[in-house]
Amino acid sequence: MRWTVFAVFLALFALVTVLGFVAARWRRADLSQLHEWGLGGRRFGSVVTWFLLGGDLYTAYTFIAVPALVYGAGAMGFFALPYTVIAYPLVFAVLPRLWRVAHAHDYVTGADFVRGRYGSPTLALLVAATGILATMPYIALQLVGMEVVIAALGFPMGGWLGDLPLIVAFVILAAYTYTSGLRAPALIAVVKDVLVYLTVIVLVVVVPIKLGGFTAIFAKLPADKLLLPTPPAHSLGSYSAFASLALGSALALFCYPHVLTGVLAARDARTLTRNMALLPAFSLALGLLALLGYMALASGVDKLPEYAAYFARFKSSFAVPALILHSFPGWFAGVALAAIAIGALVPAAIMSIAAANLWTRSIYREYINPQCTAAQESGQAKLASLLVKFGALLFVLLLPTSYAINFQLLGGVWIVQILPALLFGLYTRWFHRGALIAGWAAGMLAGTAMALQLHLAGSVFPLRVLGWTVPGYAALYALAQEQRAPGRPVEVYEHNLSTGALTRIPLDGRAARNRRADLEAALTGMRARHYPPKPDRFFCPRCPFLMVCPAE
Amino acid sequence: MSTPPRHPTYPTRAWYLLLLLPLIGTLWVPWYNRATPTLLGLPFFIVYLLAWVPLSALLSGIVYWRTRRLH
Repeated sequence: MRWTVFAVFLALFALVTVLGFVAARWRRADLSQLHEWGLGGRRFGSVVTWFLLGGDLYTAYTFIAVPALVYGAGAMGFFALPYTVIAYPLVFAVLPRLWRVAHAHDYVTGADFVRGRYGSPTLALLVAATGILATMPYIALQLVGMEVVIAALGFPMGGWLGDLPLIVAFVILAAYTYTSGLRAPALIAVVKDVLVYLTVIVLVVVVPIKLGGFTAIFAKLPADKLLLPTPPAHSLGSYSAFASLALGSALALFCYPHVLTGVLAARDARTLTRNMALLPAFSLALGLLALLGYMALASGVDKLPEYAAYFARFKSSFAVPALILHSFPGWFAGVALAAIAIGALVPAAIMSIAAANLWTRSIYREYINPQCTAAQESGQAKLASLLVKFGALLFVLLLPTSYAINFQLLGGVWIVQILPALLFGLYTRWFHRGALIAGWAAGMLAGTAMALQLHLAGSVFPLRVLGWTVPGYAALYALAQEQRAPGRPVEVYEHNLSTGALTRIPLDGRAARNRRADLEAALTGMRARHYPPKPDRFFCPRCPFLMVCPAE
Repeated sequence: MSTPPRHPTYPTRAWYLLLLLPLIGTLWVPWYNRATPTLLGLPFFIVYLLAWVPLSALLSGIVYWRTRRLH
């Protein structure tokens, strides 16, 4: 046990526990109304909304995972920066509109909006189910973040003594979420954001001084971690992976139930737009946090024997806790680790409330008890918030950590599938509910299949257009190499830049032989300056050169 | 006595187009995937992305300021 660290940690944890229960009396109102329990009465002003959304979007897992990704994969981990840079303008443009509609019709969730907009309980059910399904592993991931912190405090890893602190923390969290609703995370978020900012600023100032400045840090890093690899010819490579990760994450942000809960709890639409200009203050902290990954790499904490067991268990996720323990005296390490753990509590509470709201509105009131009273409705939501949390707890305790991470990845793929219903619905009713359901199903199937095909190892799928792209280029590469060094055997590999997997591309199949014959014919034609038009009833009408084609 | 009403022009939503700039600026990777020039020892790649944070906040602020009467 690291006793000083633990004592400071415990004091801060006790403080937020008290705040969590006191929150029930804050802006006192009838908590047996769903919009009071689950949305804080829609009365949060600019300052509270800033803390709440900041506490909601930057989860404990962000603090652990973003630096861990930079630590492990280098520049690719910085996708988190463009993600937050573009997320706020997008939210600015869209979500105030959702707020106004939701306020006018007493919608509590995105699924409520979809239900009202398209008049389709089925579509709303799918949206709600997707939201709950994607939120569960996200809560589990917050627990994974806490597990890392608890281990860093010096508790034994594994065994009942190792799991006990996590269970205790979660029971307390569940209790004050039950009694206080969204008011609890809103109040605790203030403490959390202050602690996080404090920790990040101190880390970013102190660690580089100890390591001799940023120039010295970057000089120690391998060059391939500093920039994205330049894509090979005929591929967008890491560039498109980087950009699409950022854009996809920003679009998923709209759809996550906990984000919508935070947004709908604002007092008015102007509070929201003002916040979108103020929230980037957190992105700055995130960018600095990402730098911690480089610092951990340069400082070589992973080579220290006292942390070897932790790195063996948590891999790169232990980079930041190790850096904290290594760089600070015990009491400040306690503050920093408390910041991460409280950073897990706030989003976990909001996520469970969001999932509970979805369950209550789109499933319980729609299908099970349509005549329920307001008190029954909020009682059901409170119960659901408990179930969701304990489900996540069991998930983490009983299954390996990698499951939570993989399901969270899948959750990210799933949640974007409700974007069309949600986003387009704000502007037009032109889309038919059947079409939206079909689109949702197609997206879920295709996304899940792609993720499974990667064995859930990453979220960047090498897209092959009708199976042509890779074998086609493979034939071209093989041919080029053969002409450079005639007579020597050639092998072509596909290198997935995000997973590092190498796959040999067969060059002797029928498809590859045909491709090769096509290539040879085309090359011979080009050398002879002979390009006869080959009119085709199917391709010609779609050809961009139709209007200038000499054959027409 | 009340002050005379302000100029009665209605704010235009065209200001929202400013919000597209951060998207273009950060998603086109070839513009900034370089190590030099450095600032305070940070490679250009990171400096550029970090610079977009206050820049996009500024743009959102301008849009908020010019369109706040719509909300």
